[in-house]
Amino acid sequence: MFRHLLATAALAALTATGAQAQDNKLKIGVLATLEGALTTLGEDAVRGLQVAVKQAGGKIAGKEVELIIVPTNASPDSALRGVRKLVEQDKVPIVIGPVSGSEGIALRDYSKTQPGVTFLNGSSGALETTFVTPSENFFRFNMNGAQWLAGLGEYLYKDKGYKKIVTLAEDYSFPYTQIMGLATEYCRLGGQITERLWVPLGTKDFASIIAKLPDDVDAIYLGLGGGDAVNFFNQYAQAGGKAKLVGGSIMVDQTVLSSKGAAKRLAIGVPSAGPQADTWDDPKWQAWVKAYQDAFPADKRFPIPSLTGTAYYNAFNALNQAMTKINGDLSDGHKKLRETLAALELDAPNGKIKLDKNRQAIGTNFVYEIVEAPNGDLVSKMVKLVPNVSQNLGFDDATFQRIGLPSRTSPECKKSY
Amino acid sequence: MAVIDARDTIEPRPVATQPLSVLGRVHPAAWLLAVFLLFLPAFASNFVLTQLFGWAMILGMVALSLMFLAGYGGMVSLVQLTVAACAGYMVAIFGTSAVDAISLKWAWWVAVPIAIVIAVIFGTISGALSVRTEGIYTIMITLAIASGFYYFTLQNYTIFNGFSGFNAVNAPVVFGVNWRDPIPFYYLCLFWAAASFLAVVYVSRSPFGLALQGTRDNARRMEALGFNVTAHRIAAYAFASLIAAIAGVLLVWQQIQISPGTAGVGPVVDILVIAVVGGIGRPIGPFIGAFIYVVLRTFAVDVLEGLGLDGKRFQLLIGLGFLVIVLFSPDGVLGLWSRFKDRVLNSNSLRPGGGSA
Repeated sequence: MFRHLLATAALAALTATGAQAQDNKLKIGVLATLEGALTTLGEDAVRGLQVAVKQAGGKIAGKEVELIIVPTNASPDSALRGVRKLVEQDKVPIVIGPVSGSEGIALRDYSKTQPGVTFLNGSSGALETTFVTPSENFFRFNMNGAQWLAGLGEYLYKDKGYKKIVTLAEDYSFPYTQIMGLATEYCRLGGQITERLWVPLGTKDFASIIAKLPDDVDAIYLGLGGGDAVNFFNQYAQAGGKAKLVGGSIMVDQTVLSSKGAAKRLAIGVPSAGPQADTWDDPKWQAWVKAYQDAFPADKRFPIPSLTGTAYYNAFNALNQAMTKINGDLSDGHKKLRETLAALELDAPNGKIKLDKNRQAIGTNFVYEIVEAPNGDLVSKMVKLVPNVSQNLGFDDATFQRIGLPSRTSPECKKSY
Repeated sequence: MAVIDARDTIEPRPVATQPLSVLGRVHPAAWLLAVFLLFLPAFASNFVLTQLFGWAMILGMVALSLMFLAGYGGMVSLVQLTVAACAGYMVAIFGTSAVDAISLKWAWWVAVPIAIVIAVIFGTISGALSVRTEGIYTIMITLAIASGFYYFTLQNYTIFNGFSGFNAVNAPVVFGVNWRDPIPFYYLCLFWAAASFLAVVYVSRSPFGLALQGTRDNARRMEALGFNVTAHRIAAYAFASLIAAIAGVLLVWQQIQISPGTAGVGPVVDILVIAVVGGIGRPIGPFIGAFIYVVLRTFAVDVLEGLGLDGKRFQLLIGLGFLVIVLFSPDGVLGLWSRFKDRVLNSNSLRPGGGSA
């Protein structure tokens, strides 16, 4: 029986390669973190995509959309294995994804070996992905982690009066990029980052790191995400922590705020920044929130779409608009599609987005604080809007090059760069 | 049976080691399989070659090294994938990768041998640390080394480049052949998988292998007969590490990159699952287990969605698949097969293969 099963599986594997994409179908490969610490982010990314497909009537330029979703666990290995299956086995012409920073870097390198495929980033936000040796066929319609904290440094220093902070973040490319965005702005004003603490992605026990947090600082910046963020909040509450907290873009967004337990109480009043503010009154944003809420029953979604949901939604819409303009013409190695994508100005629910010469988004950023909505949900309330945030973070090209790539220790915290 | 064989080792020349007699006893099914594998590139796609068969053969080699230790030496070592990853990392560090600041960019014929030597030393030292323990304690020590290596690579930035690891680690161009291309790479994997398989078969019948099986069955008696049990076990680790190290070099070329996730605690345990599912009694078992693992891992989501179920539950399908195999046959797929054969032929001849670890 098992031999039979095995034989069928092997046969299926061999014959599946012979299957052709039909003409009236457009296969889109999707990478999402459906395992590990960032699972909730990946699940919402898929939801965002599903809403976009539904709004498009399941069609792009007359072709029926078929989504092929591959799960990853936020490691570059899993992303690469997944995208190889999508491109080499399922023969998708277009890939949307991934969710997480280091996956994005792996995908950028892979995309160079597949010139016949067009890649749209999902929500990954490492700087290097589009800054170092960018790939011709890799487009990122979301801002990177550094851009997502634009405006926060000034808000912390001037409005909140935090002069000295310590950072605690996961040890990989996305949090590095986030702290780069925070440090370049906060330190230039005169703020100090006294210490940077790092924990591995997927950390479950924060007891020792909580003990290490100093108490002679004004606030603690937390750059964790998904399950790690929830675990930290719970353990910090149990330890009786009372310090003022500042969140990274995925520390206090819906993926964390919707969880049960102590996170709720600790998150209220925490300032943060990111590419969206849950209660923004812009009609486009409100329409997107409503579409998301209508598409899924309340227990199968977040109260408000999360940042990954919005990013995947935007990526699909960018693709849809570009494909509609060129009537679905993918001839000549996607030449027309790429030209159209590069020139596209996406009127996204979270502000207008256009691409720079590295095919990296220039968009609107939001500084917000977490408040409790009348119905008890925690949501982010905008305190400041920062338009036209570019990858250079307002520096000229030469200065930005000199600052260098973000890492555990870089960029340094200083008054001028 | 193994104990009887072990006694034979005292005699100078065991018959079984003579190559010709070995060739003659090869099962016809094995010839069929060999022909199938040799001609696979004629009709299979690149994905099937590198991502299914290539990956399965590489994982099979790592699991084979575990099978050698567990099946013949009675030592369940969870450090084998870590040895492979160590070799992979060394290829990236001494050879070329996109991480210019760390990679030394030495030619492959320098980098690869160094990588293999370092990995074998690492594996042998791990073995030396764990051979004096038995059963669950061996598992614990090797698991501790494996997770230690994982966290070290995750947090070390000067040598291992942390979470991101090394990308763009390409197989070299040698003799005008780009070994990164699917078909050459497939044959490269096939060659080394077959070589490791034959090496394990050969060593298992050599005086050393028979003595090792003796230490598995009764270490005290072997000691009394004058064998140095500890030395035999450490040597077994060294041999197994060599296979794992070669697999590690192939692994980094297959993935084109290496990062801590390659040898995280999950994948390390997966190697044990592969070996157990395939059957830990014979060298072909790990390859069968690896193939099942790779197929499940790659297509579980598609199968679930094809059945109209939620693709997110793919781990459930993988787990159930393994559970069913282990439940129905404690000695893996091979055990199922031999039981099936026994029933059909209704013969009560000797069960082939060694003991059950």
